[in-house]
Amino acid sequence: MATTLPAPDTAPRPHLLRPDSTNCPGCAMSVGLQWLDEALGAATPTLVVPACCAAVTPGAFPASAYSVPTVATTFASAAAVATGIARVRELNGEADPTICWAGDGGTYDIGLATLSAAAERNEDVLYICYDNEIYGNTGGQRSSATPRGAKTSTTPRGKVEAKKDIMAIMAAHRLPYAATLSLAHRDDFLRKIRLALGMTGFRFLLMLSPCPAGWKSDPAESVELVRLAVACGLFPLYEVFDGERYRVNARPDGTPLDDYLRRQGRFRTVAPSMDELRAQVDREWARLDELARVFPATD
Amino acid sequence: MTVEKKTGAKQPAPPRKPRAKRLPKAKWDVSDIDSWGGSRHELGATIPEAGNSIYNETGGWRADVPVIDSEKCDGCMLCYFYCPDASIIIEEGKAVGVDLAHCKGCGICAKECPTAAIVMKLEEKE
Repeated sequence: MATTLPAPDTAPRPHLLRPDSTNCPGCAMSVGLQWLDEALGAATPTLVVPACCAAVTPGAFPASAYSVPTVATTFASAAAVATGIARVRELNGEADPTICWAGDGGTYDIGLATLSAAAERNEDVLYICYDNEIYGNTGGQRSSATPRGAKTSTTPRGKVEAKKDIMAIMAAHRLPYAATLSLAHRDDFLRKIRLALGMTGFRFLLMLSPCPAGWKSDPAESVELVRLAVACGLFPLYEVFDGERYRVNARPDGTPLDDYLRRQGRFRTVAPSMDELRAQVDREWARLDELARVFPATD
Repeated sequence: MTVEKKTGAKQPAPPRKPRAKRLPKAKWDVSDIDSWGGSRHELGATIPEAGNSIYNETGGWRADVPVIDSEKCDGCMLCYFYCPDASIIIEEGKAVGVDLAHCKGCGICAKECPTAAIVMKLEEKE
């Protein structure tokens, strides 16, 4: 991994999320918040957090592990609340960003209406969805982000339906910027967040966030799972400008899907058919490659 | 969380390099919050001070503890970047220790260390 490391004594260890958060051990969302803070630098964002794991991250009242102003909203209203905050900040002439940090339940399912409305109005909000493919803090129910075959507390025999393609939905809003983030690709992660922070309008980022408790995986493998998901093609790493210009950042390298699936207990009892899944991944990649070929991002 | 803990004499050291602007010096005193009436609370259960969870210790969740061999460390700082709880202590470009008050023992640092300088060992607790 090529990266420019800061001098040790100036190494940033930002505390957007303080070390005493109550996230589970090995929570990838915590790493995402640490990196988000690193990308933010000196800027102090306002975080808008709908009901999700990130709403229980700060700990029990009266403590808060978030060191920036944070608004905890209802499940459905994160993007609407962020709209209000962003508009007031604009009226006040403040330049600091408004960031929605939402889980997949609040993005794919319950918050989709306000998310779509805010995206359509092109509000000046950076919306980051950490996708743990499950309703994590309520006991691991299925969401529409749960992949086919995964065992959750409400799909004990494995989910039948395939995962919703939220990136295509968001790209169809012709957002200035939409991209997927991988914790295993640090330079790419920080570049995309910095790029999104430098833009105005509604920006949407999707981060795959392994959940050791819900995925029944080893907490130590949280980052490794992201690496494998990108390598086997299940989580494409790409970015979309203005909803029409595509760039693929990482291609699958032929890693078998099984390498990713067998490390997770949620697939252990009811693994999806490998051939079917491979065909689905190949179809998805053929579509993405075609889009990137016909509508390439030039800048 | 226990309110008594906040007034106790044994308090963990403050975090490394806190940002002065983000952590105001005046602490929101909640030591007697159990006796507060409704009117003393902020409207909407607002927490007026951001990042006031410094007395939460999550180290007790740990089963395995990372042990760092600084001789093997080549200073890539991946453990530091990947630690979900900001608990790796870096000195002079090398990982030298772990903030045991907050490390939850997830083992990501040991897994990601390219030189195997970090190993997870079962922690012996009293």
